[in-house]
Amino acid sequence: MIIGEQKPLQEICAMLEGHQRILVTGCRSCVAICLAGGEKEVGILAESLRLHSDLRGRDWEVTEFTTERQCEKEWVRELSDLVAKSDAVVSIACGVGAQTIQALFPEVRVLPGLNTSNMGAPEEPGVFMEKCGGCGDCVLHLTGGICPIVRCAKGMLNGPCGGSQNGKCEIGHDTPCAWEEIYHSLERLGRLDLLEELIPPKNWLPSRSGGPRRIVRPEAVLTREEKEMRG
Amino acid sequence: MKAGSNLEKVLRDGRFAVTAEIGPPKSASAESVRRHAEEMRGCADAFNLTDNQTAMARMSSIASAVVLIEEGLEPVIQMTCRDRNRIAMQSDILGASALGIKNVLCISGDHQTFGNQKEAKNVYDVDSIQELMILRKMRDEGRVWSGEELEVAPRLFLGAAANPFADPFEFRVARLAKKVRAGADFVQTQSIFDMERFERWMELVRVRGLHEDVHILAGVLPLKSHRVALYMKNRVSGMLVPDAIVERMKAAKDPKEEGVRICVEQIEHLRSIEGVHGVHIMAPMWEERVPEIVRRAKLRPDARIE
Repeated sequence: MIIGEQKPLQEICAMLEGHQRILVTGCRSCVAICLAGGEKEVGILAESLRLHSDLRGRDWEVTEFTTERQCEKEWVRELSDLVAKSDAVVSIACGVGAQTIQALFPEVRVLPGLNTSNMGAPEEPGVFMEKCGGCGDCVLHLTGGICPIVRCAKGMLNGPCGGSQNGKCEIGHDTPCAWEEIYHSLERLGRLDLLEELIPPKNWLPSRSGGPRRIVRPEAVLTREEKEMRG
Repeated sequence: MKAGSNLEKVLRDGRFAVTAEIGPPKSASAESVRRHAEEMRGCADAFNLTDNQTAMARMSSIASAVVLIEEGLEPVIQMTCRDRNRIAMQSDILGASALGIKNVLCISGDHQTFGNQKEAKNVYDVDSIQELMILRKMRDEGRVWSGEELEVAPRLFLGAAANPFADPFEFRVARLAKKVRAGADFVQTQSIFDMERFERWMELVRVRGLHEDVHILAGVLPLKSHRVALYMKNRVSGMLVPDAIVERMKAAKDPKEEGVRICVEQIEHLRSIEGVHGVHIMAPMWEERVPEIVRRAKLRPDARIE
C-alpha cells in the first residue's frame, strides 16, 4: 500500500491563501489504512479548516468528500458536482489521487494536503515501514524476501556495507540494517550460497531512470469501436 | 604489473607497505595538501586521498591527487558510490588515469546524513563491489561496463575497504572474498582497535586462502585523546573501540604521546600477523605525527621528523 502523512495544517492553510470555496477530499484505500487521508481524517481536516477560517475571519466555505479510490477516474467522477462549486480542492489522498482529480478537472486548483511517502506496510499498530522501491526488476528471490533497493539506505545489491553494526544501519539507531536481515533470512532458508554471488550493476531502466513508467495490457485495451460504444 | 604503481611494486615484492591518509581541504587552495605532502614525504609508499569523507564537500580526491603527483608523491584516490553514477565514475577514472593516478580505492561512502548537507540526494547507482567490477572491466578488457571499447584502457591498481568490526561478523570474510572476485588487488581495513576480533577475522581470511589473493593493509588510527576514543566508539559507524583503550587514554598523563605509543604497538603487532601485507595510517587533522609513528614502528626508520 501507499503510505503518506498529512502536511501540517499551517502549510495547508498557506496554500489555500486566496481561495474561498474549498473541497477537502480523501480516499478510502491506502491512506485510510495508514490513518492519514481516510474519511475520518477528511472530517478532522475540514473541521480544522473551518475553525481556522472562523478564527482568522477567512470566510472559507469548506465541503468534504471521501472517494472510494482516488486513483481511478470512475470513482473521482463522483466529485463533479462538488468540484463545480469549489475553487480549490485539497486532496489528502496520495499524489496519484491528487493528480487524477487534476486530470479530470483541469479548471480547479488541486492542492496536496498529504505528503506521499512510500510503498510499505503497517509494521505494528501505528507504525508504517517502507518495503518496496518499485525498481521494476524484483530481486527478492536473491535476498531472502527483503528488498535491498529501498530497505538498505544505500540500495546496495552486494551488502552489507561497513556501517552495519548490531543489526542497525549506520544512518541511525532505529533503522534496521536490511542486509543483516537478508543474511539471517537466507541463513534460515539454507541459501547463504546466494550471498556469495556477485550481483552486477543493476539495470535501472525499468525503474525511474527510464522515465515515467507505462504498462500496457493489450487484452484490456479498448478498440476504437469499443471506445465509441462507451461514449 | 596491472598499473605499475609504486604501491603495487612494493606489495608485489613482498615488502611491508605503508599508506597514509590525507584529507583534502574544505578550500579552493591546495596549500594544505602540499603541506601534508611535505610533512609526510618519504614515510609511506602511497598517500590515500579521501573522497568527500563523512559526506562533507571538500576538494576532490582527484584534484588533490594531482597536487600530490606534482609534489612527487604517489596518490591512492578514493572513489565513493554515493556521489556518482556509473557514467561519472568511468569518466572520472579515465580522467584520473590520464592525469597519472594509478591506485583507486572503491568504496560505498558514508551516507550523506553524516555530512553537513544532509538534504542531498545520494546516487548509489552501483555499490562498491559493482564499482570494482566496472573498473576491472575497463582495465582488463578496455571496455566501459556496457561493452563499448575504450581507445586506451586505464591502468589501475584496485583497492577495496574491509571492515572486520561490522556485522554480521560471520559474513565479513565472505564479503571480502566477493570483493576479491570483483577485482580488488588490495584492501584497506577499518581502523583496528579490537585486536582480538581482527585476529579472528584474519584467521578466517587465511582459512579461505584470501591472504594469497589480495594484499591486506591493516588500518590504524592514532588517538589524540580519550574523547576521540569515545567518539570513535560511540559515534563512528562500524568501529569497535575496547574499553581498555579508552581507559588507557584517559589515564595517560600525555594522551597524545599515549595515542602514538598505542598506534606503534598496534603496528608492531599487526606486522607479525600472517597475511597482513602492510598498514594504512589514518591520522585525520594529525597528519604531521605520521612520520614519527612510522619511524618508531621501525617501518621507515629514516623518516624525517619535523
